[in-house]
Amino acid sequence: MLFDLNNKLKTFHKGGVHPPEHKLSEHAAIEELPLPRQVVIPIFQHIGKPPKIVVERGDEVKVGQIIAVHEGFVSSNIHSSVSGKVGRIDEVIDSSGFRRMAVNVRVKDDVWDESIDRSDNLVTEIPFAPKEIVEKIMEAGVVGQGGAAFPSHVKLSVPEGKHIDTLIINGVECEPYLTADHRLMLERPHEIMVGTKILMKALGVDRAIVGIENNKLDAIELIEKVSREYDGISVESLKVQYPQGGEKQLIEALLGREVPSGGLPMDVGAVVHNVGTTYSVYHAVQKNKPLIERVVTVTGKKVKKPANYMVRIGTSVTELIEASGGLPENTGKIVSGGPMMGKALGDMDVPIAKATSGILLIPTFESKRSEVYNCVRCGKCIEACPMGLEPYHLMLLGKGKNTDEAKEENILDCIECGSCSFICPSNRPILDYIRFGKSSVRKAENNQ
Amino acid sequence: MSTTLLTVAPSPHIHQELTVPQIMRGVIYAMLPALALSVYVFGIGAVNVTVIAIVSCAFFEYLICTYLLKTKSSVADGSAIITGMLLAFNVPSNLPWYIVVIGSAVAIGIGKMSFGGLGNNPFNPALVGRVFLLISFPVQMTSWPEPVASWSIDGATGATPLGLLKDGLRVGDTVPAIMNEMPSNVDFLLGFQGGSLGEMSGVALILGLIYMLYRKIITWHIPISMVVTIFILTGLFWLINPEKYADPVFHILTGGVLLGAIFMATDYVTSPFTHKGMLIFGVGIGIITVLIRLFGAYPEGVSFAILIMNAFVPLINRYTKPRRFGNKPVTNG
Repeated sequence: MLFDLNNKLKTFHKGGVHPPEHKLSEHAAIEELPLPRQVVIPIFQHIGKPPKIVVERGDEVKVGQIIAVHEGFVSSNIHSSVSGKVGRIDEVIDSSGFRRMAVNVRVKDDVWDESIDRSDNLVTEIPFAPKEIVEKIMEAGVVGQGGAAFPSHVKLSVPEGKHIDTLIINGVECEPYLTADHRLMLERPHEIMVGTKILMKALGVDRAIVGIENNKLDAIELIEKVSREYDGISVESLKVQYPQGGEKQLIEALLGREVPSGGLPMDVGAVVHNVGTTYSVYHAVQKNKPLIERVVTVTGKKVKKPANYMVRIGTSVTELIEASGGLPENTGKIVSGGPMMGKALGDMDVPIAKATSGILLIPTFESKRSEVYNCVRCGKCIEACPMGLEPYHLMLLGKGKNTDEAKEENILDCIECGSCSFICPSNRPILDYIRFGKSSVRKAENNQ
Repeated sequence: MSTTLLTVAPSPHIHQELTVPQIMRGVIYAMLPALALSVYVFGIGAVNVTVIAIVSCAFFEYLICTYLLKTKSSVADGSAIITGMLLAFNVPSNLPWYIVVIGSAVAIGIGKMSFGGLGNNPFNPALVGRVFLLISFPVQMTSWPEPVASWSIDGATGATPLGLLKDGLRVGDTVPAIMNEMPSNVDFLLGFQGGSLGEMSGVALILGLIYMLYRKIITWHIPISMVVTIFILTGLFWLINPEKYADPVFHILTGGVLLGAIFMATDYVTSPFTHKGMLIFGVGIGIITVLIRLFGAYPEGVSFAILIMNAFVPLINRYTKPRRFGNKPVTNG
């Protein structure tokens, strides 16, 4: 019976896999992580242009004070997440693995910028015009917190000629292990709902759908109940399937519309924002609070205390691991994000960024890749690809640097979800070569 | 500072558990019921042929890998064992040992390794071996042993049911008259028939199919489309003239249709990628099988049908590419 019910739920219709969920920290309430002694705030955390640093070594900063100003439209402001004295401004290795500029701040007390409303009372009234909302979101440096870190104000600026009819709030959290969005929905439902109303107003739509996977029944129930107090917001529970949290997959699952190849959600009348982003939007608009903290899941099979922490941006990963009982013995890999799309870190001293959804500690025995066999042409990668591509073929094209054919075979449509590499019975590194192929195609395009 | 060495590799960081050696092992488990029944019916001969085929297939693959290709031996992935088992399933249980060895050499050497080993061969290696033997040793390949177990059947010794049917029709007998002298379809389903080592028992083969579907090693598309096509086509002819054409159930239960549909046509390497392609592939095998059986010289025809359709796989793949996401007409509103 339950099985039948599950099958009737909406989901996307092309490809997909179902990795073991391992949501170890789903019952751990969000804890405030104690203030660190120092933060390292990366300046370039988003897609687009890096912002310009406006503080100098020795400056005193308050919590929420701007330290880097966006350059151009597709860029984002960066604020200090703590109060104290600016230290070195230098390059550090961040979670992307690259060396990038970052501002060190030595923490002293916890003095907030006066314009920020730190109270917990809910402000439901939205007195701002759509333009003002977008401006406030841009000022607050809000970026997508689902992983891609795309500046949110860009997604709210609808170009002439495009008509948006639906706002989708992404509460799917399809990555195994991660529970940050789940906990946020359970503990801050009203803030998310008001945030949704703000986004609806900014876009001028009267319909919003919150998509949540069916493995978070408590969140579905709660958001369904709370959403009744807010006009135009409905909840849709979705069949558990990876990568449902992908924008294109979620839009197809909820609205049955396919974003065209190379297109944007706006092309089919939809805009998608993550629940974490929506929560930050609420604070940005109603409380004048910039994006200076976020929920981060710390998890892994051997972790003593899998947990969800409210963390100031720039806190070192080490601090989070210490708070969860220290680094377990035989840890072979530290992943920033989920196991399917996250980045393996080379160092524990990497700072938490706006898009860091989790820290996953993988034991040594699971951290190495297994022996690779010949491709047996089983076709499982084709079956699993949510974009309808032929991964085995794209891998060969990528390997052979055949950029023309790779482009023709839609290699740039690949969303790098990893379903092909995950499912391959021969353990072939399919996605590695597709990434390589994608960058060759892009390079060839730029050279033209 | 800690000195933990961290692995840094691109995502994904987890992998599903079904790997090639496990799949191969699963296929071997799926073949065990049919093998067990064969040993029960044909006795030690079935064991001999199977062991000789497996050992020589593995041995030839090892030799070719080590001395000709000078690479690491690929025997451990288990595919050579399956080729050996399938070859044994496709020959009589009293086949002389040297013929089994020759068949194994052809299956592995020409059918598989000459193309570059696992994953690169266009034709099913076991069938390449079988057809080579069928053409080179027609007498030994078509003289079937009498079951040693005490089944009370007479008609099934010496020739296969399909062979009896073809011979009977050739001398002018009607189908009902021939059928009178043969065991019932229920007997065929259970395995009380003469024939190749692994093709006799529908029940044992279907058990294997259920196991492989349960383990998600194969999908239903190829076996079902192939069997249904044969059922419909032979059924049509049977309805038109039951005097001349045997009933569809008889056709499905005899002559390796189930063995072919479940174990031979579903070989990953030599079958299409997509479900749509698999359906075309299965239907194609069904049509060719029926054509050979009803209008050709050979009594059965599954092996040839599969090999012919193997050759079409690249073409099928080309025309059954998955639909790319984002090509659906936009229905905004």
